Amino acid sequence: MNRIARHPILPVPAREEVPFSWDGTPLTGFRGEMIASALAACGIHVLGRHPKDGSPQGVFCANGQCSQCLVMADGRPVKACMTPLRAGMRLESLRGLPRLPEDDAPVATGGVEEIAVAVLVIGAGPAGLSAAIELGRLGVPTLLVDDKDRPGGKLVLQTHKFFGSVEDSHAGTRGFEIGRRLAAELEGLPSVAMRLETTVVAVFADGRVGAVSRGRYVLIRPERLIVACGAREKMLSFPGNTLPGVYGAGAFQTLVNRDLVRCASRVLVVGGGNVGLIAGYHALQAGIEVAALVEALPEVGGYRVHADKLKRLGVPILTRHTIVCAHGTERVEAATIAAVDERFRMRPETARTLPVDGVLVAVGLAEVNEFALKAKQFGIPVECAGDAQEIAEASAAMFSGKIAGLRVARALGAYTGDIPRDWEEKEALLKSRPGPVTARKPPEGAGAVYPVFHCFQEIPCNPCTSVCPRKGIRTENDAITGLPYFVPGTECTGCASCVAVCPGLAVTLVDARDDPEHPLVILPYEIWREKVEVGRLVPVTDAEGAILGRYPVVKVKSRRKHPGTLLVGVRVERAAAERAAGIWVQERAVDPLALYEKAPPPDEAVICRCERITAGEIRAAIRDGIRDLNQLKAVTRAGMGACGSKTCRPLIHRLYREEGIDPAAITDRVDRPLFVEVPIGAFAGVREADDD
Amino acid sequence: MTERWDAIVVGAGSVGLPAALALGRERLRVLVLDRHPSPGQGENKHAIGGVRATHSAPGKILVCRRSLAIFASWRDTHGDDIEWLPGGYLYPVYREEDARLLQGLLPLQRAYGLAIDFIGPEAVAAIVPGICREGLLGATFAPGDGSISPLRVADAFYRHARRLGVEFRFRESVERIDREGGRAAGVTTDRGRYAAPVVIDAAGPFSAALGRSVGVSLPVVPDSHEAGITEPVAAFFHAMVVDMRPAPGSKNFYFYQNRHGQVVFCLTPEPPIVGTDKRETSAFLPQVCTRLVELVPRLKHLRVRRTWRGLYPMTPDGSPIVGWNREVPGLLHATGMCGQGLMLGAGVGELVGRMVTGTLNAEDETVLAEFSPYRDFHRVEKLK
Repeated sequence: MNRIARHPILPVPAREEVPFSWDGTPLTGFRGEMIASALAACGIHVLGRHPKDGSPQGVFCANGQCSQCLVMADGRPVKACMTPLRAGMRLESLRGLPRLPEDDAPVATGGVEEIAVAVLVIGAGPAGLSAAIELGRLGVPTLLVDDKDRPGGKLVLQTHKFFGSVEDSHAGTRGFEIGRRLAAELEGLPSVAMRLETTVVAVFADGRVGAVSRGRYVLIRPERLIVACGAREKMLSFPGNTLPGVYGAGAFQTLVNRDLVRCASRVLVVGGGNVGLIAGYHALQAGIEVAALVEALPEVGGYRVHADKLKRLGVPILTRHTIVCAHGTERVEAATIAAVDERFRMRPETARTLPVDGVLVAVGLAEVNEFALKAKQFGIPVECAGDAQEIAEASAAMFSGKIAGLRVARALGAYTGDIPRDWEEKEALLKSRPGPVTARKPPEGAGAVYPVFHCFQEIPCNPCTSVCPRKGIRTENDAITGLPYFVPGTECTGCASCVAVCPGLAVTLVDARDDPEHPLVILPYEIWREKVEVGRLVPVTDAEGAILGRYPVVKVKSRRKHPGTLLVGVRVERAAAERAAGIWVQERAVDPLALYEKAPPPDEAVICRCERITAGEIRAAIRDGIRDLNQLKAVTRAGMGACGSKTCRPLIHRLYREEGIDPAAITDRVDRPLFVEVPIGAFAGVREADDD
Repeated sequence: MTERWDAIVVGAGSVGLPAALALGRERLRVLVLDRHPSPGQGENKHAIGGVRATHSAPGKILVCRRSLAIFASWRDTHGDDIEWLPGGYLYPVYREEDARLLQGLLPLQRAYGLAIDFIGPEAVAAIVPGICREGLLGATFAPGDGSISPLRVADAFYRHARRLGVEFRFRESVERIDREGGRAAGVTTDRGRYAAPVVIDAAGPFSAALGRSVGVSLPVVPDSHEAGITEPVAAFFHAMVVDMRPAPGSKNFYFYQNRHGQVVFCLTPEPPIVGTDKRETSAFLPQVCTRLVELVPRLKHLRVRRTWRGLYPMTPDGSPIVGWNREVPGLLHATGMCGQGLMLGAGVGELVGRMVTGTLNAEDETVLAEFSPYRDFHRVEKLK
């Protein structure tokens, strides 16, 4: 079984085991978990074969978007990542096209429920919840809908403590806990109704919004709309990119952190933004090895502290590197990486193949803004919030949600004040890109016990300043983006609260009170406890992951407020004390396979997963002069599949860029409803016996 | 300097593309102008793909029989796969009046060469498994009708026309037809002027405006229809099923399963939605899906993938307008296809070719009389 039965951070709930069958084999899973996760837990990764070429298909987005995880459940095709498991379910893999059940009993059609509401908020993630809370506080009748079975959006997946400020963006608190707090706050606000498992499928010109709510189609007529649907992951073009085991990094986090399924044993992370860095960290927390993280740019784009956390745990971060291809027949068995030159061309002589069974693609996010675009086109008043408005951190999303909520309340006359200026300032601040990396001077004027900050880059974050009982930690110019420093002359109590609260795990405490030559260093640590039991010799690294030596663990503690962050005391020699920053956990480096498989040509990469259209086919069409994406779709079928071009569109634009085509010469494709596929019976108002 | 051409075709759509191909075959220097960025991007791509010779007027039967022949042989003669599927057209009958109407048309349809029969309920259920049997009296079935991919067909016509030297200019709007000494002499676009002794109006919903630029009044008024397509499933029927019965908000509706296994469907709103609004409305899906599951209950499990809305360039009597303009010699109308541009276009394209080269045949005279811009528009076709 590939269940995560315990986790250093996440609680593992007790769940009811139920039987089901897969292609006739009896198996068990947990009632109500997504079918995809139940199957992954049983080691089943190939969910079907593509009708066009018979290639294996598996979970890719885990978000209801890509339709790659289609399986037959009791005779009907369903998305495995969005369909809860029921006891006795008969699941079958999809080989070729599904057969429509010959269910010919006459049906009763029942019309469509219509709901009028002042505000419809689409998406119950950080932005949507925050918007709904503002509206609820002002008593505005609001309907909040989300396609998942629980509120929180991607907060549910975030095991790390948040950046930002303590007073207004829950900094220092773990993402999944923030999601819970926001949802709890909403419960006390009677003007807000929340409908979960409710997927918006279209915004219509007549002002109605179509949604499928637990299998039934409803039309919602809002006076105003807030679109807070978040983002979708961008894909990358490389041969083997449709193999099961190639996941969007967010999909991987969903399987690992929400569903507690170990869907791989060793992964390669592609992309050094925060999503990739955090996904790598989450992998380690789930007991999954990270062979490497590759980033094509000369520097990682994410927060330096996230990158350093990974390096200290033993993950090689290879900048100016990219994935060449994924190998495998039924699922990923290995991945070849290579260095790139300054023009991002691969250097074949540097290629090496790593034995991994998972590839996490984290090459950026794209706003899910199609409902907002339609609403604008149709003259429906609409606000965007969170990633749907602009890709940024969840802390910024909460502010943009609050602002959108208040704006809409004001437009409806429920609020007459101004939008607090500091909200907008904070939102802008939280969206700011990380600053340059600066070298730090060694601490000055400290006594025998003092904190050391391995924090080298300006990011909006200040929890450390709020927890010091002596108020001895401040940031440069007292700005939230300023680097923290220890105020000279402060008498540190050695409480290590600053070590416990830091989201970047970038504060350590040097305590030379007992033994000036062998100070105790308190290191923050969030991986497996048994690796740091008292008495063990552990490899201690500097801030960037270079091993300083093996030192004994002398105590392990944690703070009640931050139970997941262990405070590990190691005894080191004086010279190493201020440099010690982390504990290396990956036991061994992953050796490249001796046998380097020749990579297939890049043109074999699949661009349109739904229709299995390759980069070569798209390139040929571009070279043939096609500049209208609608024509490209007509000629190649790229973008005609179930996902409605959600995955291939950015890739196609990228191919045009690679071919040197002026973007002004390109006509983008026309987007049409529906957002996801919906049964004809739902539109007809057919009541199914098993609906309720 | 004004470019000179033998013929200018306004519109690279269902009619303009095959007309351009036909003229290209005659080795004429042909220029095709279209406001859209690529071929078939006006109303052609909104077609659902059905092609039938099951009509109630001789001209349409003859033209569509030719279209069917072109499509059925296209792969062999030209090499491209246009997704031709000879699934036939089926008009199931649940009302005596419809049975009388359809059976009454059979002699004329057969006289013009259409293979069509009235079949019983058992045979109907064999063609469309799961069709509602309650009250089913039978159906007419024309097995030679079928379907194609409008997108593939547009691309095929376009490529073959280009190969013959036909010049296409996209993202260019024709603003007016130019006259010289009373005759059509070319066109003026938003980018320039082009001279030609023959101007072919294949502008569909824009034909009335184009006509006005030269003082011609054409009774072509667009109305909009919505259509949709489902996910693919294993093939279980292929005929285009046309349910003639009215229902609240709609006249007939029709659907078929294409070669990819997707069910494609469309509905005729009643009253018609006149105008050029192509924005999607919330009314369509509940309306058409209710009709679909009432006729074929098992479709309830099938998932709708996408919907769209397109324009039917309608004429008052539901028949196309094809003919030379008498007031503006050199101007040839090939427009007003009333939503049947895809099925009529291939045949009309060749007809346009014969009109320009003066090589009409006897059947053409029948067609042109029926399609004449100067006919009495007050008759209404029985089977529109």
